[in-house]
Amino acid sequence: MTEQTTEAVAEELHDVRLTVNGASYDVRVPARRLLSDALRHDIGLTGTHVGCEHGVCGACTILLDGAPTRSCLLLTVSADGREVTTVEGLTERDGSLGPVQQAFKDCHGLQCGFCTPGFLTTITAGLRDNPDPSEAEARDMIGGNLCRCTGYANIVAAVLRAAELGAEAEPA
Amino acid sequence: MKPAPFSYLRPTTLAEALAAYADNADAKVLAGGQSLVPLLSMRLAAPDMLIDINRIAELDFVRADENGVTFGALARHAVLEKDETARRAQPLLSKALRLVAHPTIRNQGTTLGSIVHADAAAEMPMVLVLLGGTVTAESARGSRTISAGDLYVGPLESSLESGEIATQAWVPALAADTGTAIDEVSRRHGDYALCGVAALVGVGQDGAVRSARAGYLSVTETPATVDLSEAFGDGTLSPANLAAAADIAMAAIDPETDIHATADYRRHLAGVLTRRVIAAAHGDALARTKGVAA
Repeated sequence: MTEQTTEAVAEELHDVRLTVNGASYDVRVPARRLLSDALRHDIGLTGTHVGCEHGVCGACTILLDGAPTRSCLLLTVSADGREVTTVEGLTERDGSLGPVQQAFKDCHGLQCGFCTPGFLTTITAGLRDNPDPSEAEARDMIGGNLCRCTGYANIVAAVLRAAELGAEAEPA
Repeated sequence: MKPAPFSYLRPTTLAEALAAYADNADAKVLAGGQSLVPLLSMRLAAPDMLIDINRIAELDFVRADENGVTFGALARHAVLEKDETARRAQPLLSKALRLVAHPTIRNQGTTLGSIVHADAAAEMPMVLVLLGGTVTAESARGSRTISAGDLYVGPLESSLESGEIATQAWVPALAADTGTAIDEVSRRHGDYALCGVAALVGVGQDGAVRSARAGYLSVTETPATVDLSEAFGDGTLSPANLAAAADIAMAAIDPETDIHATADYRRHLAGVLTRRVIAAAHGDALARTKGVAA
């Protein structure tokens, strides 16, 4: 490979269409743009936080076609045409807090709040799959997310509270 | 850090992908990306080109029959884990997949990608070796089948050659007289295990142990299995026999000390887990031979 070719590669841009929280976005990005960066910098949705940027901490977790996924481990080009839900998409239509967000507020489930977006998306999907978790299942649900304030007891309480709120909203 | 620049190709057919790979020996193949993307971001890998195989529909399948389970390069851990026909044919797959990373990672990561990433601390390379599976490698030159025993040549190093894409893997179905178990010790559920052990135990009609083989992760340089059958000469799970099996295992492995655990502690765990999974796999074998679902 000549030096010239390498420079050309660096500048190559790709047109990508993403649906984020129900709205369509067209971005033009290099292939190496991580989805977490596209969401924050190209689209301007800074609710998705980047902690470790190698898949360990879980702060950047988004829902990709409904499934929890690390946005720092996905290239934006790979996500072309997919549907993304970020923490901004978890609020109700009228702007009030969604059940998981409300539960975090009720239970003091956040301290500095940096890890919170990843917890909220992970728990939203987790409760969809298991609407009535035991405490052990709640712990398992958040096992892939780190909170460096170590507020795990209240986060587990928030999972259980969110399940209650969900059950109240949709009586069986 | 951010990945270094690379050119990007997203073919929709395998032929297209193989042709591109043949032309660019420095390319890397992107499937689930749960290991490759961190390597790119940390710039431990800086390929000229990424060949994203995620839109090659022919690689996205799980098939199971009485002979075994075959899964394509795009079978996500989460899909294979929940595939009922695969679980019935080879129950160790779903038992082991539940221990692979966290559910969020399993949604995106592929089992075959993990297998050819060749990490001896990962579950699925060890499971492939323990079960005696195979990987099919295709290139512009043709196709070949690599047995699990020939796949791992060193830490994070497989015998895949330049230009070859692992397109599918196969593991045999579990024999009716054999039981399986897997267990591991990790700091948190979903983290890399300090040590993990899986076992296959075959029983006779009287329920006696006829064969015992175990696979080990995080205590060797490449995925390793150890035949423990000789410890069970009288066919019983007596404490003496289990201790003998643990001794054979602890002599066969070669753990290393790192920030997470000393070599001695890992060796100790291998012994404890060997006794535990052999007993569990034996119980599973008894349940299966009695026709009871494990």
